[in-house]
Amino acid sequence: MSDLLRLEGVHTHIAQYHILHGVDFAVPKGQLTMLLGRNGAGKTTTLRTIMGLWQASQGRVVFDGQDITKTATPEIAQSGIAYVPENMGIFADLTVRENMLLAAREGEIDMARLKWIFGLFPALERFWLLAAGSLSGGQKQMLAIARAIVEPRALLLIDEPTKGLAPAIIMNMIQAFKELKSTGATILLVEQNFLAAKLLGDNVAVMDDGRIVHTGAMAELAEDKSLQQKLLGLSMDAHQ
Amino acid sequence: MSTAAISDTAALPKVKLDLLPILLVPGLMLLALPFVGSFSTWVTLTVAALAMGMMIFLMASGLTLVFGLMDVLNFGHGVFISFGAYMSLVALGPLAGWVESPNIWLNIGVLLACILVAMVVTGALGWAFERVVIRPVYGQHLKQILITMGGMIVAEQMIHVIWGASPIPLRLPEGLRGAIVIGDAAMEKYRVIAVVVGLTVFGAMYLVLNRTKIGLLIRAGVENAEMVEALGYKIRRLFVGVFIAGSALAGLGGVLWAFYRQTLTAGMGMEVNVLIFIVIIIGGLGSVGGCFTGALLVALVANYTGFLAPKLALGSSILLMVLILLWRPQGLYPVAKR
Repeated sequence: MSDLLRLEGVHTHIAQYHILHGVDFAVPKGQLTMLLGRNGAGKTTTLRTIMGLWQASQGRVVFDGQDITKTATPEIAQSGIAYVPENMGIFADLTVRENMLLAAREGEIDMARLKWIFGLFPALERFWLLAAGSLSGGQKQMLAIARAIVEPRALLLIDEPTKGLAPAIIMNMIQAFKELKSTGATILLVEQNFLAAKLLGDNVAVMDDGRIVHTGAMAELAEDKSLQQKLLGLSMDAHQ
Repeated sequence: MSTAAISDTAALPKVKLDLLPILLVPGLMLLALPFVGSFSTWVTLTVAALAMGMMIFLMASGLTLVFGLMDVLNFGHGVFISFGAYMSLVALGPLAGWVESPNIWLNIGVLLACILVAMVVTGALGWAFERVVIRPVYGQHLKQILITMGGMIVAEQMIHVIWGASPIPLRLPEGLRGAIVIGDAAMEKYRVIAVVVGLTVFGAMYLVLNRTKIGLLIRAGVENAEMVEALGYKIRRLFVGVFIAGSALAGLGGVLWAFYRQTLTAGMGMEVNVLIFIVIIIGGLGSVGGCFTGALLVALVANYTGFLAPKLALGSSILLMVLILLWRPQGLYPVAKR
């Protein structure tokens, strides 16, 4: 399986703070790669660096064979990367429809695809003409993900989609990601919920203190409790 | 494609239409009626206030979008008002005969020519101002305040060099002078025209912001510019466009303001700058609807207090701002910021 995205020795500074210290990992095409790690390990900074929202001070970000390290964010998005930030980034004053329309850069939303999205997230169809700010936290997360998949994208970067959601909604969100995976989408998912990580991940990269400290198959990490304890400080079972 | 439905049994959220701030406008008008006493005087005062409010809105609307979209504090916005006003002189040069013509269409043509020249020139000036003055200080508020105020002082001195330091009288075209009298109430024709122009521009802005993709991008950018970029849109290019449009609108407001005062001074933009900032703070930074409501409220309060308690008139706008911020600290129609 070829790599769609590759980070080579990426360093990122935010003002005087050195956050990423030479991050190296790859995201294979057509697979779901989990990016795990404790709070403050540098996961969000890694996604933001890939998107060009923070510039890498050293190293390379290679997407689909192209070096995008110094590329501006709009061009990175146009090259086929969709990003769902930790705060979801929805436009609260705009309606659900307007949020989706903005994400459809081709102009119009493909109706067959929209029907499929409504199948994944029926709430969006009900609240189509309501201001996004009036939605619940779970519905906002659905909108944020729906916006990222309103048109086919080569790579989805999603930052903690289950954060703050009720357990029932998390299980449904996992189902939605399984559905998304079955379409052959390539996804890099930052997640703190280890059950979600175990159920969804094909591969895993674990971060600590701004570095990648482990890469491999998700199934291996899910099976190896001592490795979980060593890398994450806790076993996955404790987080289910 | 098969589906994995996410169940959601939550009730439909209630849509909250926040009409209270805009209802303050007619409420204030009605409240003033018994204090003013005479109905005809009240009509005259109200029409004058609406005209003034529309002109302030035209001058302030661009500034509020510029702040909302790129977090830029442009204290030099008055430059475009002054230059717009002085462009009336340029346009009036070859059309002097039309000003004194009894033909109302030629009179309106003069006004439209002034507006056109002012908007083109101030739009171009806005483009240059953004490139030279604003661009080097993105994200640095203190420097923005200093450099944009400096830019305004330089521009004011340029006006002195080109047109001289003395005030220049500006005559209204013949057909736009005088008043329309209905019963005992007299409404100056020019003020009615200013209300019509203001409402037309507000309507056009509303349509652009709510019915076009560009408008959608501007509204989204005001809320969360970074996310607009992450969706693949070049926010800087959008900002330059909004800056040019905002400068052109200030130029349009400058022309209307100049004919309203019937005098041109280099400092007229700087004088109205304070009022503009009060309006955009009252309205909610980045909100066009808030700016419209705020401008009308400021003008109504200024006119009524000017008539009822002239000594309070000078501080009435500040007092209004304090009261509104005590009620709604983010302004009348705050924009949801990330």
